[in-house]
Amino acid sequence: MKKKKTLDRIVLASESEFPMMPMSLGTMHYNRTGAWRNIKPVIELDKCIQCGICWKFCPDVSIVIRDEYPVVDYDYCKGCGICAEECPSKCIAMVEEEK
Amino acid sequence: MKKVIMGNHALSWGAQLGRAQVIAAYPITPQTQVVELLSEMCASHSLDAKFIKVESEHSAMAALLGASIAGARTFTATSSHGLALMHELLHWAAIGRLPVVMGNINRALAPGWSIWADQNDSLSQRDTGWMQYYCASNQEVLDTTIQAFKVSEALAIPSMIMLDAFALSHTYEVVDIPDQDKVDAYLPPFRPKLRLSSDDPHAFGGLTSPEHYFELRYKQQKDMERAPALIEETGKEYEKMFGRRLDLVEDYMCSGAEIVFITSGTAGYTARVAVDALRQEGIKAGNLRMRVFRPFPFAIVREIAGRAGRVAVVDRNLSWGCHGIFYQEVKSALYGHTNGLPVFGYVAGLGGRDITPQTFKDIARDALKRKLPAEEIVWIGVKR
Repeated sequence: MKKKKTLDRIVLASESEFPMMPMSLGTMHYNRTGAWRNIKPVIELDKCIQCGICWKFCPDVSIVIRDEYPVVDYDYCKGCGICAEECPSKCIAMVEEEK
Repeated sequence: MKKVIMGNHALSWGAQLGRAQVIAAYPITPQTQVVELLSEMCASHSLDAKFIKVESEHSAMAALLGASIAGARTFTATSSHGLALMHELLHWAAIGRLPVVMGNINRALAPGWSIWADQNDSLSQRDTGWMQYYCASNQEVLDTTIQAFKVSEALAIPSMIMLDAFALSHTYEVVDIPDQDKVDAYLPPFRPKLRLSSDDPHAFGGLTSPEHYFELRYKQQKDMERAPALIEETGKEYEKMFGRRLDLVEDYMCSGAEIVFITSGTAGYTARVAVDALRQEGIKAGNLRMRVFRPFPFAIVREIAGRAGRVAVVDRNLSWGCHGIFYQEVKSALYGHTNGLPVFGYVAGLGGRDITPQTFKDIARDALKRKLPAEEIVWIGVKR
């Protein structure tokens, strides 16, 4: 598949280059959906028991485990608060975004 | 092996011989015995498929979309309101290029509640992008189901197979059930080029911007345009292996006819009886039964109908505020291709009112005395 890159977007030049089915052309590379967020999770790592529940529950794969501790990927986290709700040690706070 | 089976079960046998892998269905009215037999086939392991009971027809189609995109051969059946409830996901199947095969019993829509023959359910889904076959015998139902898997999977376009309620769905006929190994030779396993798999991850059906959506629809139509030739080709291949030809249309004595009926479904077989009777009366009649409605078989309809003295299109359906739907489509197909050929439209048999040979005799009598098509709908058999 030939791809013409403009501003990180994949734009196909001719229908012959298209896949048959409507499928993702890597929109996540340029569409930083974290901008939709109103409140953000902030993790207090001192209280974290490394259970991995926040990582497992995040519906947008926006919690990654780095050096055995959870880190929020704010480029894609939409602030749903599921991680804060599920955290058994209550170490995730949902904080108002400041613009 | 020959068996006496009802039309509904001809669909079940077709799905079993086609080795459907996932069947999802809502089991209550307006469902028919199609999925009842399939559930028995799954329970007895004569069909190695996953049978998923769901809470609605909308969910039935949704479950099949997931199975199809994962690379499974999928089948379901429904009717009237069940098909109407699926509407959103019929688009999703076609645009998503998922070759689901579905049987639909043509039943009238309520209110008043009806379970009798009428084509408005499936014709309301005309523009969803599914191929549509209208069958006239139980044998044709079984054969079409097997062919539909092959054509759908080659083009990545879903197929809908229509049976008239009761006139076919619950009518018993002798059906030649082909051997499984021969069907396997005709219909290889479903191996899609693209599918949902952790070995080669892709996301399907996500946000598609205006700079890409248009081309996807263009490709969809281009593949639909390949369908008539592929249906003919696979229909000839079917004849070589099983002795029965599967064509786009059935031409019954249309050559040299002064009047050609254009029909679909079981009315297309009743019309043949009427053609014989009319010919005995000295009227050269013929019948062009449209087995395939989507893709519209333009070339063959123009070729056969274009040679007729006049054409009478018989619709068991109606687009309110307009005309019968086959009538509109036939007129638009013939426009610019025939020199002043008169094309007349008739609406008959709505809600399961019988269409008999007499219906066609009445139509022929009317069509032969008319010079121009009527402005209003010509209703045959309405009590007034």
